[in-house]
Amino acid sequence: MKRTPIAQVHEEAGARMVDFSGWYLPVQYSGILAEHAAVREGCGIFDTCHMGRLVIQGEKAAAFISSTLTVDAQAMQDGQCRYGFMLNENAGIIDDLIVYRRAGDRFMVVVNSATHDKDISHLKSRLPAGITIEDIGPATAKIDVQGPSSPHIIGHALNKDLSELRYFRFTTLDHDGQPATVSRTGYTGETGFEIYLPAEKAASLWSDLIDAGALPCGLGARDTLRLEAGLPLYGHELTEEADPVAAGMMRYIDLSRDFLGADALRVKAGTVPSHKLTPFRIEGRQAARHGNRAVINGEEIGWVTSGSFAPTLGYSIGFAYIDPSRLGNTETFGIDNGRKILNASITQSPFYRKKRKAEG
Amino acid sequence: MIPADLKYTQSHEWVSLSGDVATMGITDYAQSQLGDITYVELPAPGKQTTAGEAVAVVESVKAASDIYAPAAGEVSEVNESLEGSPEHINNDPYKEGWLLKISGVQPSDIDALMTADQYEKFLEVGAD
Repeated sequence: MKRTPIAQVHEEAGARMVDFSGWYLPVQYSGILAEHAAVREGCGIFDTCHMGRLVIQGEKAAAFISSTLTVDAQAMQDGQCRYGFMLNENAGIIDDLIVYRRAGDRFMVVVNSATHDKDISHLKSRLPAGITIEDIGPATAKIDVQGPSSPHIIGHALNKDLSELRYFRFTTLDHDGQPATVSRTGYTGETGFEIYLPAEKAASLWSDLIDAGALPCGLGARDTLRLEAGLPLYGHELTEEADPVAAGMMRYIDLSRDFLGADALRVKAGTVPSHKLTPFRIEGRQAARHGNRAVINGEEIGWVTSGSFAPTLGYSIGFAYIDPSRLGNTETFGIDNGRKILNASITQSPFYRKKRKAEG
Repeated sequence: MIPADLKYTQSHEWVSLSGDVATMGITDYAQSQLGDITYVELPAPGKQTTAGEAVAVVESVKAASDIYAPAAGEVSEVNESLEGSPEHINNDPYKEGWLLKISGVQPSDIDALMTADQYEKFLEVGAD
């Protein structure tokens, strides 16, 4: 298993460690519910060094990214980030990612760990002369700082007031003699930041953030937080068999542009998908799980991609791919968890929205 | 801590016997392995149990786990407070977090389970 620069700190703190797509990472520190609550009410930090970090640069790098990803890199300003997708020719989702425009034709693309290798192969297969892709993952670290008090905590740990940094913008600052990039982004539905810094500085910053009042959190809370916020997870809601129309992700995509997969996507946008990603809730605390079958009158109409008890909401939620033709006008369906049929009702995503006053 | 006055299964249930009524729950080791418990599916009273067969389900944030009956009998009572407060199992697994009672149990079935000392050694050699 690959170790992050913070792995030894996790071990010494007694965190419960797991193998997450080949990475040795904490699934929980003090407990998933306590960590979840800390991010909703205070501040939690996450070791996200497993996320891939690629620097793409060279003349016309913006044009290359714009034609390869759904992100219009040419329309971005320096210091801006955008969320988007890497699609194949059939508009199947190879990965979801965030593009950072550092300066002119110099970009950083942050990708998922499980898809890291296939993403690089895909990008290299289309790479024009004069543009390079550098995997800066091994030399750098990534820490997420999330929650309503994250502006205060990060300001303390980095000795810099970042409360004015706008959503999906980033800045680079000096941290202990080394450059650190901080973006106003995250995966929790809460005010928060993601920090990129040299690997050798990661463990000490992790400790500084805890000293400033952050609670260390694991992948378990990261998953319940992102699900409440209605954020998709690659390998669950997003796969190469799914496309942005079926996954309900078209709000992130400008179909008037040309990029790999755009032709197929235009066709799909004009038709009803065979299965559509559908947010649901279950009255009570019993959870549906990834892979459970969705049923009506005993007949399969789809499958659950994610499901969990939602700690902030007090009931269970999830996403399922559902065949719209089988659903008809009904707003309810069953989920077979292998022991019984749970009663699910279609609801709105995001399941949870942060309180406005929390915004720094 | 492993209470000395209880008996234990290899699947990490604890049992106490009073007459022919067995009270059961899951051990402190089991709750700590499962993490925060969010839901408990308990059987209806009257359900017949078979030793080693699933009698309840405990769900944590990450997974659902079967709980096995330690002996044959009939479910006579369940801990209804767990419906609203499943965290009792995490906070107090041997008392407030009890799961259910089985009546009509053969005492010899409970005698055959591990003692506290045996369970402690069982955990040391590496439980699954």
